[in-house]
Amino acid sequence: MEKTSEAFFQDKIDREIRIEPKDWMPEKYRQTLIRQISQHAHSEIIGMLPEGNWITRAPSLRRKAILLAKVQDEAGHGLYLYSAAETLGISRDEMYEQLHSGRAKYSSIFNYPTLSWADIGVIGWLVDGAAIMNQVPLCRSSFGPYARAMVRVCKEESFHQRQGFEILLTLSRGTEAQRSMAQDAINRWWWPSIMMFGPKDDESPNSVQSMKWKIKRFSNDELRQKFIDVTAEQVKVLGFTLPDPNLKWNKARGHYDYGAINWDEFWQVIQGNGPCNKERLEARKKAWEEGEWVRAAASAYTTKKNKRNTTVAA
Amino acid sequence: MSFHTNKYYYGDYGEAKNGAADISAKGSAKEEWPLWEIFIRSKQGLDHKHVGSLHAADAAMAIENARDVYTRRMEGVSIWAVESKYIHASNPDEAGALYDPANDKVYRHPTFYDLPDEVKYM
Repeated sequence: MEKTSEAFFQDKIDREIRIEPKDWMPEKYRQTLIRQISQHAHSEIIGMLPEGNWITRAPSLRRKAILLAKVQDEAGHGLYLYSAAETLGISRDEMYEQLHSGRAKYSSIFNYPTLSWADIGVIGWLVDGAAIMNQVPLCRSSFGPYARAMVRVCKEESFHQRQGFEILLTLSRGTEAQRSMAQDAINRWWWPSIMMFGPKDDESPNSVQSMKWKIKRFSNDELRQKFIDVTAEQVKVLGFTLPDPNLKWNKARGHYDYGAINWDEFWQVIQGNGPCNKERLEARKKAWEEGEWVRAAASAYTTKKNKRNTTVAA
Repeated sequence: MSFHTNKYYYGDYGEAKNGAADISAKGSAKEEWPLWEIFIRSKQGLDHKHVGSLHAADAAMAIENARDVYTRRMEGVSIWAVESKYIHASNPDEAGALYDPANDKVYRHPTFYDLPDEVKYM
C-alpha cells in the first residue's frame, strides 16, 4: 500500500507534476521541505540584520531609500517562505521557536559582521548573487507553494544584486581610500559567499534524495562553479580582485579553477561559533519577546470587537 | 467559557479524513494570530488571484499587511483577505471521481465537429 503511494508520488515528480499541500507525500519529503523552506525563511529574516546596521549611516538619501526598500524586501521574502512552510503543517510559532532555541539553522553568511559601507555593496553583489544562483532553480521545485514563493523572490532579488554592484562601481571610481575599502570588503566576503552553496557534493547528506524528489535541481558544487565563473568576470569590470591566488581559467574544463575552501570555518559558523551568531539570535529573540505585548493587545482587541458585534447582533 | 479551535493551514482545509492539522495544544501556538488567504486584483478588469497567505489579528490588519507583503511593486489595485478556515477545498484523493463526468464529453468542445472548409466564420 505504502509502496504504491510512494511509486505514484515519484511518478508525478518524474512527469514534472507539482505536488500541492493536500496531496499524499512521503513523510521524509514533508520533513525535508519543512527544514529547507524554514531555514530559507530564517535566512531572509536574519539577513535583515547585517544590512539594517547601515540604514542610518547610508551615505546619501538615495542609498538610504534603496537600502530600506531592500531590507523590507527581505522581510517580505521571509514571510512568503514561512507561509509556504506552513502549508506543510508546521505553525509559524513553532518555526520561530526552532530558530530562537538554536535548533533551526540559517545561512552561515549572515553571521559575519558588516564593518564598512562597502560591505553593503558586496552583500548585494556577492551574497545576493550567490542567493540568486541557488534560488532560480528553486522556482521549478517540485513543491508548488515553494516554487511559487521562489518565483516572487527571484523577481525581486535582481534589484538587490544590481544595487550592490552599483555601490561597488561607484567606489571603484572613487578615491584611493574608497577603492581600498571596497577591496577589503570583497576580501572578507568572498570565501563566505562561495561557502553559501553548502558542503561539497560528496559531503552533502541531503542532496541526493532532494535531487530525486526535484526539490533541488543542481548540486551544490555545480551552482558554486557557475557562480565563480560569472563573478570572476564581473570583478574585472570593477577593477578589483578576488582573494584567491588559485583562481585561474581552465580552458580544458571551460571553467575557472579555484582554491581550497576552508570547510572547518563553514562548520564552525553553522554550529554557532561564527563572529556574530550570538548577536544575531539575540536580536531576533529580543524582537520576539518585546513584541509579545503588541501581539497580545491586537488579539485582545479583536476578541473584544467580535464580542461587541455578537452582542449587537443578538 | 471554553472553546476549541482547529488550526487550519493554507491548502489544508479538508473536513474529512484529511482534516486540518490540529496543533493548537502546543502552548504559545494557541495565541498565534489567525491565518488569512490573500487574493489580489492586478488591474481593473481582471480577477482576484490567490497570491499567498499571512497572519493578522483581524481583517483590517490582514489587508494592511497584504499591501506590504504582496504589493510592494504595484502588483495590485484591490485586495481580498479571507480567513483560511473559511475556505473549503475539494479533496485531491477524490479528483478522479469528481471530474470523471467531464472526461468523456468531448462533444462539448468546438473542435469535435468536422465542418467543410467552405464554411467560414464559424
